[in-house]
Amino acid sequence: MLIFEHSRPGRRNYSQSPTTPVTKSAIPQSLLRKSKVLLPEVSEMDTVRHYTRLSQKNFSIDTEFYPLGSCTMKYNPRACNSLAMLPQFLSRHPLAPEDTGQGFLACMYELQEILKAVTGMAGVSLTPMAGAQGELIGVMMIRAYHESRGDFFRTEIIVPDAAHGTNPATAVMCGFKVVEIATDKDGNVDLDALKAAVGPQTAGLMLTNPSTLGVFEENVVEMSRVVHQAGGLLYYDGANLNAVLGKVKPGDMGFDVIHINLHKTFSTPHGGGGPGSAPVGVAERLLPFMPVPIVAKEGDTYRWVSEKEKPQSIGRLSAHMGNAGVLLRAYIYVRLLGMHGMHRISQFATLNANYLMAELRKAGFEIAYPNRRASHEFIVTLKDIKDKTGVTAMNLAKRLLDKGYHAPTTYFPLLVPECLLIEPAETESKETLDAFVKAMKEILLEIEQQPEMIKGAPHTMPVRKLDDVKAARELDLAWRPGA
Amino acid sequence: MSIPTNLKYSKSHEWVKPEADGTVTVGITHHAQELLGDMVFIELPEVGRELKQKEECAVAESVKAAADVYSPISGEVTAVNSPLVDEPGKINEDAYSAWLFKLKPSNAAELDGLLDAATYTELVENEGH
Amino acid sequence: MPFIPHTEEDVAEMLASIGAKTIEELFDEIPKELVSDQLTGVPPGLSEMEIARLMMERATKDGFYQNFIGAGAYEHHIPAAVWQITTRGEFYSSYTPYQAEASQGTLQLLYEYQSMMASLTGMDVSNASMYDGATALAEAALMAVRSHKTSPRILIPQTVHPVYRQVVRAIVSNQNIEVVELPFCTECGQILPESLENSVHEEFAALVIPQPNFFGVLEQVDALTDWAHSRNAFAIGMVNPTALALLTPPGEWGNKGADIAVGEGQPLGIPLSSGGPYFGFMACKNELVRQMPGRIIGRTTDLDNKEGFVLTLQAREQHIRRSKATSNICTNQGLMVTAATIYMSLVGPEGLRRVAAQSHANTLELVDQLEKIKGVKRVFSGPIFHEATLTLPAPVAEVLSKLKQKGILAGLNLQEHYPEMGNALLVCATETKTADDLHNYAEALKQVLS
Ligand SMILES: Cc1ncc(COP(=O)(O)O)c(C=O)c1O
Repeated sequence: MLIFEHSRPGRRNYSQSPTTPVTKSAIPQSLLRKSKVLLPEVSEMDTVRHYTRLSQKNFSIDTEFYPLGSCTMKYNPRACNSLAMLPQFLSRHPLAPEDTGQGFLACMYELQEILKAVTGMAGVSLTPMAGAQGELIGVMMIRAYHESRGDFFRTEIIVPDAAHGTNPATAVMCGFKVVEIATDKDGNVDLDALKAAVGPQTAGLMLTNPSTLGVFEENVVEMSRVVHQAGGLLYYDGANLNAVLGKVKPGDMGFDVIHINLHKTFSTPHGGGGPGSAPVGVAERLLPFMPVPIVAKEGDTYRWVSEKEKPQSIGRLSAHMGNAGVLLRAYIYVRLLGMHGMHRISQFATLNANYLMAELRKAGFEIAYPNRRASHEFIVTLKDIKDKTGVTAMNLAKRLLDKGYHAPTTYFPLLVPECLLIEPAETESKETLDAFVKAMKEILLEIEQQPEMIKGAPHTMPVRKLDDVKAARELDLAWRPGA
Repeated sequence: MSIPTNLKYSKSHEWVKPEADGTVTVGITHHAQELLGDMVFIELPEVGRELKQKEECAVAESVKAAADVYSPISGEVTAVNSPLVDEPGKINEDAYSAWLFKLKPSNAAELDGLLDAATYTELVENEGH
Repeated sequence: MPFIPHTEEDVAEMLASIGAKTIEELFDEIPKELVSDQLTGVPPGLSEMEIARLMMERATKDGFYQNFIGAGAYEHHIPAAVWQITTRGEFYSSYTPYQAEASQGTLQLLYEYQSMMASLTGMDVSNASMYDGATALAEAALMAVRSHKTSPRILIPQTVHPVYRQVVRAIVSNQNIEVVELPFCTECGQILPESLENSVHEEFAALVIPQPNFFGVLEQVDALTDWAHSRNAFAIGMVNPTALALLTPPGEWGNKGADIAVGEGQPLGIPLSSGGPYFGFMACKNELVRQMPGRIIGRTTDLDNKEGFVLTLQAREQHIRRSKATSNICTNQGLMVTAATIYMSLVGPEGLRRVAAQSHANTLELVDQLEKIKGVKRVFSGPIFHEATLTLPAPVAEVLSKLKQKGILAGLNLQEHYPEMGNALLVCATETKTADDLHNYAEALKQVLS
């Protein structure tokens, strides 16, 4: 039932809006709204019930194991939320003077410094509001760098075929042409293809490492050399930083600009789709181009660095300073973990992934890159199962929902047929992983014995398989009364 | 049914039917619609547009994918199958009657470069789905 | 180990299963020369008690002020239920609803959100959010140019938030889109529709129409929309969602209505929080829906013909269309939209109207009181919503600094963005201000200026 269907004309919550009669008004008649606003007219209790019940139809980290590859679904510590929501932080206006926000700015400054330390980059800007915006900002800096040197003919960005969709989409949004390069049989970027692709037209390469195939790019040093030699810059998509935090720094791998998805590695919540936050880090030569605002420290005081002090900055990419509240949560998280905690993240994420990979292999699942270590994630392919039984990766994913597990990422990366990208974050215990393996074994048996049942999954969710063809053909994107 | 012998084919899975009046009719193959799945949206070129061979000129969209349609030969668009926009599922029902557009070829020699049914069949089989 | 549950026994068993001796061994594919365990610069970990102490100290240092700054971020009452429900783990810690059957809560909520925004803006369809108001405007500009096909030019009046103009420029210039800024009438603070026909000669893809504009002034939206349409261009309405409870929505502007509506969603239940996370909203006419960026939820049915919700029109998006996507946006501002939906349900149409009317009245009252002070005057004659531009008889920075000592953040100094306007101050008084608050502000300013 939609919230609108609980609505009754004239019902309202008297304590939630002004009660004193308004005496002044000076809006010309011609500008006044004539149509009704179709917001629901419901009581506070009905609203609370409705949305509480809706929430109960969701899977979440707080309720289920969520081995969603590339997304790093780890526990979101409650302290990060409650301390970021202290009333003084919540009530601070973004344009309030700097001296009324020294506490907040101190957190931001320290976060910048910590992110520099863990990534090995020379500067960090906190403004990007999600990974894709970090990418846009990063690629804009690459462009600004070339142009500042009078180099206007670098029109191409190279992207591996395993890359996340945001990489090619970003390059195009930034005015570049995308050149895709292939992956070899062990999951590394095909070096020869890269060598053939670079040239005076190359602006840069966007790389995720460990890659979205769940393996460490073994030739990264050579790749970096090849691209740099051609005059291009290297972009690091930090979506998988969780796998190497405290082990390898993108700066040491030769990357010129990176983004870090705080909503992955630094455990800020995914919130059903956002908000995220994706600070960008840059090497020395890109420092002048960083987006503003950035926080500076002078003596004991903190202040914003504006575009006036950074005349070559690519400018502003958000109305204020990005997702400040998310940044606070990430700050609290790194302070809780500290230096040793940073190391442990990658150690235990990698342990979990390799253990789960070993156990699933023993259970009879086919691993896409069997000769490789898993990073913090790995791929199972159901190609053979599909050829034999017709059961697809999507079917298996839906059946997992029935068993109380969120599905792994399916059909990404696109180059592995019938793939499940599985990422068991470091916050999951061995018992949880063992129980997941047991469920996967059960499904394997079910595939043999009752393939049709699997194809009809899920069976125990609030709804059964939804008709997305109908959704796209007969668009119903907003409720209308009487419709 | 899946690969009629009276048509010509492109490597990018369009079919081409030379008509008596000198125009050609273009659609996407049965194999292409199978790869894409249930069609939900079709974008057609504008009538009068001059297309070059292999130029992107239409989009066939399913729930899980969107494929660009490339013009198999050069020419001017003389007609489009507009009712298809409201019923994209027709392509899934019968890909060879649900044509997309008609062209007046500007270089008839290009027609000879297209694949015949046997060669296209081989191409599809070698793709290994 | 904080947030890591493994016992020593677990680790030993897991390594045995893998066939490795140590955890370090699992990193053996990383070239040796790259490995560096140095994390100098990261302080040692704190307990929850210790970090709580630190954060409370920092929060206390920042303190509380009487806030009269608006300029794109507005202080409104937020019902307690909004954030209590929004931060339930099932909303807070879930991922993007790609697995529809396990995400019906988020999906239905987003469908309800889209419905509410479509009605509020008077448009046909809304997406499920953009990052913020400024990037929503930039995306609207890109969308207009894609849809227009012949002109890569966007007209943006200088009455649009100056930072929004910077953001739009930064984003769209990558695609060689030209941003043309339009001057405003320095007397009334509006763009004069009648001035445009003769000053704009070239073809353009869209005109941005802010309502209210950055100065708080209401624009002549009907005439502006019709003018853009008369030139075969799109009209992009950039609106304050609270104001829409009182003002004609973009979908009803002029003869045909605006084509795209965008804005900052923060006033709908999102705390000020030093600037984020907020969310950008975007709505449009049916004809443009396939050019819209961002996620869109549709209502459909399941195998038993039962109602359900899914992400739809996904072929527009980067995970399917990759380099040909309408935008690169992936993660959006989902949780903020969750809060906004609950906010709109709790206040309802009458509550939102009252919030808007009271904010309008408070600002008028504040301006009346301030104008009684010698040398303080309204800069523009145009009608306002809940913000006003004033000139002061003294340098604004000094005045603001003195009022801050009294616990009042008295508004935004316009010196930085509009130096030609002299001692100009932008003030806002929402429904959160009482008669006493307004009176105290006026008294304090009087003292400071005397
Ligand atoms: C590898 C990779 N790159 C980029 C992104 C985009 O990040 P965001 O969703 O924060 O924009 C993601 C996550 O969705 C990702 O997994």
